[in-house]
Amino acid sequence: MSKQKLVIVGNGMAPGRMLEYLFDRNPDAFEVTIFNAEPRVNYNRLMLSPVLSGEKTYEDIITHGDDWYGEHGVTLHKSARVRDIDRTAKTVISENGVTATYDKLVIATGSDPFIIPLPGKDLDGVLTYRDLDDVERMLEAARRGGRAVVIGGGLLGLEAAAGLKMQGMDVTVLHLMPTLMERQLDPAAGFLLEEEFKRRGIDVRTKANSHEIVGDEAGRVKAIRLDDGSQIDASIVVMAVGIRPSAELARTVGLNVNRGVLVGDDMRTSDEDIFALGECVEHRSMCYGLVAPLYEMAGVIAENLLEGSAEYTGSATATKLKVTGVDLYSAGDFVEGKDREEIVLRDASAGVYKRLVLRDNVIVGAVLYGETSDGPWFFDLIKKKTDVSEMRETLIFGQAYQGGAPLDPTVAVAALPDDAEICGCNGICKGQIVSAIAEKGLTNLDGVRAHTKASASCGTCTGLVEQLLQVTLGEAYNPAAVTPMCGCTHLGHNDVRRLIKSNELKTIPAVMQELEWTSSGGCAKCRPALNYYLVSDWPDEYADDYQSRFINERVHANIQKDGTYSVVPRMWGGMTSSKELRAIADVVDKFNIPAVKCTGGQRIDMLGIKKEDLPAVWADLGKAGFVSGQAYAKGLRTVKTCVGTDWCRFGTQDSTGLGIKIEKFMWGSWTPAKLKLAVSGCPRNCAEATCKDIGIICVDSGFEIHFAGAAGLDIKGTEVLGQVKTEEEALEHVVALAQMYREQGHYLERIYKWAKRIGYDEIRRQIMDDAGKRTAYFDRFVHSQKFAQIDPWSERVSGKDKHEFNPMAVLSQEAAE
Amino acid sequence: MNAEIRNWIQVGSLEDIPRQGARCVKARGMTVAVFRTAKDDVFALEDKCPHNNGPLSQGIVHDGCVTCPLHNWVISLETGAAQGADEGRTLAFPVRLEDSRIYIDLSHSHEAV
Repeated sequence: MSKQKLVIVGNGMAPGRMLEYLFDRNPDAFEVTIFNAEPRVNYNRLMLSPVLSGEKTYEDIITHGDDWYGEHGVTLHKSARVRDIDRTAKTVISENGVTATYDKLVIATGSDPFIIPLPGKDLDGVLTYRDLDDVERMLEAARRGGRAVVIGGGLLGLEAAAGLKMQGMDVTVLHLMPTLMERQLDPAAGFLLEEEFKRRGIDVRTKANSHEIVGDEAGRVKAIRLDDGSQIDASIVVMAVGIRPSAELARTVGLNVNRGVLVGDDMRTSDEDIFALGECVEHRSMCYGLVAPLYEMAGVIAENLLEGSAEYTGSATATKLKVTGVDLYSAGDFVEGKDREEIVLRDASAGVYKRLVLRDNVIVGAVLYGETSDGPWFFDLIKKKTDVSEMRETLIFGQAYQGGAPLDPTVAVAALPDDAEICGCNGICKGQIVSAIAEKGLTNLDGVRAHTKASASCGTCTGLVEQLLQVTLGEAYNPAAVTPMCGCTHLGHNDVRRLIKSNELKTIPAVMQELEWTSSGGCAKCRPALNYYLVSDWPDEYADDYQSRFINERVHANIQKDGTYSVVPRMWGGMTSSKELRAIADVVDKFNIPAVKCTGGQRIDMLGIKKEDLPAVWADLGKAGFVSGQAYAKGLRTVKTCVGTDWCRFGTQDSTGLGIKIEKFMWGSWTPAKLKLAVSGCPRNCAEATCKDIGIICVDSGFEIHFAGAAGLDIKGTEVLGQVKTEEEALEHVVALAQMYREQGHYLERIYKWAKRIGYDEIRRQIMDDAGKRTAYFDRFVHSQKFAQIDPWSERVSGKDKHEFNPMAVLSQEAAE
Repeated sequence: MNAEIRNWIQVGSLEDIPRQGARCVKARGMTVAVFRTAKDDVFALEDKCPHNNGPLSQGIVHDGCVTCPLHNWVISLETGAAQGADEGRTLAFPVRLEDSRIYIDLSHSHEAV
């Protein structure tokens, strides 16, 4: 029997999941064709908020890459919106003229954002928040800065507001109702949430009714006017007031449609061979916009496509606000009614609020704010309609308080039934995770994420998954699979860097407090790392913690084995002059400096200088025009050059000039580890650019940019980043690359290790292909240089940190007796 | 010998030393590193790491210890003993804080006390 033809209209998360179920059960039953109106593969729409906030990239949230479609023999038509379905001929035709015939058809057209019919709604700069295109438009707007006005203080609106704020925009949220998220939260909890958003610098206006969006002459958004006559300047307006099922196609082809496409419990529409799935569906008068019910529908359809008789009977829903640092969980239904009772717990000082709605001793709704770990347990009680009268007294305190169970969280997790949902984003239950751990021999979080997708999306269930690993593996589980930064924390460098940004932590004590450091003041490993992360992330706000720097960066010289120091002034691009050499000679004589040596970076090192002499040495060098060579810094060191077209008969470009330009642009910048550059004037490569952190090889047609070389503990030739035509472009690309590394590198991680971790292609994509990203990196580097390009030597000659260079006391023999 | 007799010498005041930092005192042909912790406790050690004589005064001060700048040995400020797997001990001297004046007694190291 030849394969049946299955055509799917729409390529969102629900049909993606349905195909997974289908291929799991029978990979050979159908020949599958998908029509996708969006120009891309299947991605996790739930994760748009982290993409908007910059915590994830599009690549991070792809569910099925192109390979997946290939592997499963699925034909995916991208950018192909379906125009018509001929139900008699059983044929689908897209707007761009692709046709496909089907035996079975699944309509999964999703939903459309609701557009408020305001005057000005069609202006350029009025956006919705629904798909990746919307996110890209918002990110583009964020790069231009200004104020974003978000209409809608529900889940979506608040996530958009938090994301835009993290991207550096000023943000105003307009909400029609008196408190935020009024569908899930009562006024008190709504108020807590509002305060939290205001604390983040987001302007929240409730009871705000928009009247008109005002545009400029060019047809772009300029402001928004409210009913009370007030006006707020806006460079973008984001409408996030809700969604409605996208059922037009179904309607035009004559299927039964109400608000959404009507389906029965078997998920069939009014046409026997056509199923409907996802947000476009109306089932028993309900339309769903959350992912868990859609996945349940997906399972039912997969079963019924294979001649099964599964039934979908509706879902209880749970949701989380995906704003980093805000814990909000809500499940079930909160409509007030005579037959309903409430249990509320408030702890204002801890910022905790919990509310349970009960009917006939069964929980029907739960809202948790500030402390959400019991969310899945309450949700399980809701779904199972468990009679809670026995534990009513202590119910609100959560699972740990029931039946005298100890407060060990792993006990609570161990007590969960196998079908308790752990990961709401992906609809993964405890049983699936436990069996994956056992069957696949998983030992860590990444393994569970890879095999079950649990905790791979928004990540709020990470703690639960770790506890499951603990429960399942016992002693064999080593949660330190992520190598912690040091003994003072269980967090790895990545998490610390991410949380510094997302929680806006701007001092070392704030990091240690908020991220629950286990030592009282950190150690010699974490303090320099944190100091760097804070300097790098908040260049204009963070006050450098001098005592958290290694001695070399504190005294701006290199400590030697005998406690003396060595001093290396900058020689831009390795060029020097008789005047400079004479000044160095004089300093060497005056201070009896025992050794003078040429360095590998084309400069001169004076070794064996007593610490007390350093300021005087610098004063003399400064008079000759020298500044610190920062030969001691986790920062920009040297830019080595060859003589290029000035002198060399093979030179193709002014490599010396470009090297000097780059060095003058980048000196003073701090980086995760030392950063050494080189520019060679031709492919003979006399400046040895192909083993540097970043290197440039000049060629006739321009500049070949290299990166991620090593010639130290490891030896490694560089990777090619790409080729550019002009010096300006070369500078921009090099600087953008350095900034990307500054923002992502782990402290003491050289660029070649960072690049290997991130992936060379990803770096090329961001620096070579994505002009927006590149410019943004470049601009952030330039901003940070405003605070970094201060010569530390001249500062200290002027008296800074004087205590550092003199003994506190010199006691004579007599005094001591 | 009477261990109760102390020979306190004033070497400076608390404000002379940055928090989580150190200053040196030169006396009797040796250098003594005087440390001030985050909690304003003051300790005095000979400025020599037991490993390779590294200048402890130049290290990072954390939690009652200093990490030597040369090879990252961690030395207890109170006892002068190397922490963790390393073995060795630096001379530690008694310190007295009176108001914010710092006195040290160079006649007693931990060996004598």
